[in-house]
Order: sequence, then C-alpha cells, then structure tokens
Amino acid sequence: MIQILTLLRIIGAFVIFVIRETGRMGIFLAEAIFWIPFPPYLFGRVVRQINFIGVKTTLVILLTGTFTGMVLALQIYFTLSKFGAESRLGPIVALSLIKELGPVICALMVTGRAGSALAAEIGIMRITEQIDALDTMALNPYKYLIIPNLIAGVISLPLLNFIFVFVGVWGGYSVGVGIMGLSSGTYFGNIRDFVTGADILEGLYKSLSFGMLITWISCYKGYFTGYGAEGVSKSTTQAVVLSSVTILIWNYFLTSILVA
Amino acid sequence: MIEVINLRKSFNGQEILHGVNLKVNDGQSLALIGGSGRGKSVLLKHIIGLLKPDSGKILIDNEDISKLRGRKLKRLKERFGMVFQGGALFDSLTVFENIAFPLREKTRMRASQIRKTVSEELAEVGLSGAENKYPAEISGGMKKRVALARCLVMSPEIILFDEPTTGLDPLIGKAIHTMIRSCQKSYKFTSIMVTHEIPDIFSMVDRVAMLYNGVIHAEGTPEEIQTSKDPVIHQFIHGELEGPISIN
Repeated sequence: MIQILTLLRIIGAFVIFVIRETGRMGIFLAEAIFWIPFPPYLFGRVVRQINFIGVKTTLVILLTGTFTGMVLALQIYFTLSKFGAESRLGPIVALSLIKELGPVICALMVTGRAGSALAAEIGIMRITEQIDALDTMALNPYKYLIIPNLIAGVISLPLLNFIFVFVGVWGGYSVGVGIMGLSSGTYFGNIRDFVTGADILEGLYKSLSFGMLITWISCYKGYFTGYGAEGVSKSTTQAVVLSSVTILIWNYFLTSILVA
Repeated sequence: MIEVINLRKSFNGQEILHGVNLKVNDGQSLALIGGSGRGKSVLLKHIIGLLKPDSGKILIDNEDISKLRGRKLKRLKERFGMVFQGGALFDSLTVFENIAFPLREKTRMRASQIRKTVSEELAEVGLSGAENKYPAEISGGMKKRVALARCLVMSPEIILFDEPTTGLDPLIGKAIHTMIRSCQKSYKFTSIMVTHEIPDIFSMVDRVAMLYNGVIHAEGTPEEIQTSKDPVIHQFIHGELEGPISIN
C-alpha cells in the first residue's frame, strides 16, 4: 500500500512539474511575443543571430542534405526496382525531403549546433549577472536576448530547409542518374509532375514552426538556468533533448493537421 | 529617499528576510554589513526591482518599486545604477563597448561624443588605454573599475554596490573604495554598499546598517556602530568566533 502511494506521489509530482513547466514556458513565449511590436527594434541583433543560427549551420546542412538525398535514392531505387517502378525515384526522393526529412533533419541539426550554444550563452549570462545588469540599466532583456533569436530562428530554418532539399535532390540525382543509370529527364520530369505547391507549403510550415520551437526552448532553458557551471550544463542538455523530442512529436501532430 | 518597510522574502520555503526596515536619505552613503549568505544581496536586488518581495514595501521617493510596471518602472530604474559582485560585464564586448553600451542604447549621443565620454570615465577610474581589452583579458580589480565606469556613465542618482572589493588584494580594494568615495563626492549620488571590508568601510560611509537574522539589527553612524556594546555587533566587527552569532 505504501509503495503504491509512493508511486502515485512520484507520478503526481511529475505531472505537476510538467504542467508548471509548460505554463512557465508559455508565459515566457507570450511575454517575448508581446514585446516584439515595441521599440527598440534591434535589426542588427536579428541579422547577427541569423548569421549565428543560419549561416554558420549551412555547411552542416550541405553535408547532411547531400548524403541524406544520396542514401534515400539508393534505398528507394532498390525497393522500386522490385516493382519495376524506378522512374518514380525522383518524386519520392523530392517529396520525402520536402515534406519530412528536410524540415526534421534541419531542425535537429540546428538544435545540436545552435540551440545548445544559445542555451549555454544565455545561461552563462544569467549566472554571471549579465542579464540582471541589462535589467538594472532599464533595458528589457527580452528585447536584447530572446526576441532576436526567435525571429532569427523563424527566418533561418526555412532557408536552411530550402538548401537541404535542394542539395538532397541533387544528391539523389547523383545516385539515381549518375550511378544507377536513370535518365535525367525521368528523374526531374517526374518531380515536376508529382510535387505540388501544397507539399512545399507543408515543408515551409514545418520549418517555420521548428525554428520557433528550437529558439523558444533553448532561450527558455538558458534564461531560467540553475546555479553555476552544473546548472548551465544541465540547461544545455535539457535544451537539446527537449527541442529534439518536441520537434518529432510536433512533426507528427502538424502532419496530421496538414494532411487532414 | 529610499525606504524599505517590513520587507519579507522566502526562497523554497526558507524565509531569508523577516521584515527588514531601512531608510537612506538622498546623497547619503550606507554600508550594509552582515554575515555571508544572510540576505544582503537579496535586499539590494529588491531595492533595484530585480526581485519582488513576498510582502512589504520598497519606496523610492514614496513610489513603491515592487508595485510599478511598464514605463513607470523603467523611468524609476533609470535613476539607478548597480555594480555587481563579479562586475557583470558583457563578456562579448570590449571594455570600451561595455561602458558605451548604456549610452548607445539609452541616449541619442553621437559616436564622437560617446567616445569622449567613455574616455573620460575610463580616465576617472584609472583605466585609460584598456579600451580594446575584453573582460576575460583584465584583472578582477580592473573589471570592478570598468563596472563602476559603466555605472557612472549614466550619472545615476542612486548606486548600489554589491561587494565591490571582494576577492581583491587590500591595496586594490582600498583604491576602489577611495575611488567610490571620490566619485560620490563629485557625482553626489546616494549609495548602498554591501561589504565585508571592516574596519576600512567605517571611514568611507555616512551610515552603517547590520543585517542579522533577516532584520536590520542595528543602524547608525560608523562611530556608533564601532563603539556599540551590542554583543552581535561587537562579535561581527571584531571577527570573534565566540558570541551570539553562530558560524555554520
């Protein structure tokens, strides 16, 4: 009986923790969005953060995009060849990249490279009282630290996604056409026939929302970090894990909504 | 005038401040002394509005800072400056950029004027020539002086110092204290300084308050505190191990 009560207490405490944390995160995001229309408008900081989140992740995206497209083409080609449907290689590679793999892998790459760094940077600013210093200068920390990252994330992710899909399709081309001997016309011609504007919009919606999710979670974890180096280390890990899990869960629900 | 009335604050169920009452008149300098981890910095952060009290009031010229929001709070905070324990310098900015930061963000000064003002402030704190160094490249004493310059550059009416000389050697510590005193004479700001620099601090400030057991145990002029027969004050300022203050 005591063991059951202990288990119930642990489950209850966990549920309360999740609800409280979700509420705090919601208030954090709402407050950041609330301040967006008010001056000062720090365009320079937004550009700097686009450089940090977007431009500096480009090389990783080029590499992962190319090889994702290549391995996708290789796997799909052999599957399709069993049914004599190799000509559908182009659209399947393109649709997989545009609707799913592009937005998701891009988001995971940005989480690993930029999300962790954001959480660590803001966390260190918190424990060294730099955020308090901003506050005591009567400057809004949300305007300087959070909003530029949110905007940069929402702008950068779709652009990175575009690059990922572009190089992924060409990676698929290099395997399908260059190695497997499919004709170039078949590969690209079928892509034109099968990929619609709605597919591209689906990928766009996903990458926009992922951009918001990553920067929101990473900034939140950094902003409310624990004490000392251990606190920052925990926040960084939590930012990466929570962002990655949330991306995959949100991807399912968003797909369900968009497909419906 | 700063007036703290019956301020209470708890963290994780543990009450740190049990009803603090404190008054600092305009232009006055007050040293806040007391044991480590007993809530001195917490009190300072309440006065500048970084923390909200569980109950009680913090009146700045009769306006309760803990009740203010938006523009009113911003306007009140603009009258403050704070020098943090570790300096709290922006580590991605140079010394020059750190001092110029509030001027760039809060005034419409031209770049040339900002350059001139920053140079003057750096000269005031004896750091001419350190403009292009990053906080990681300068010593602890220099960081505190840069933090002081960043604070003074906006000419605040009230400055809060959170242990401005902790971790520094006695000479640098004394130099910073003297610098603060001379700045206070020329800028005429009101100040509250959390410090452990006893007895040096007695020659530096107008009044001394001691925080003990979450309340202001005693307040008076440096002479009154030094000659006090109160066993708590006596034990603390003489650094005696035996007495009513338990060390844990």
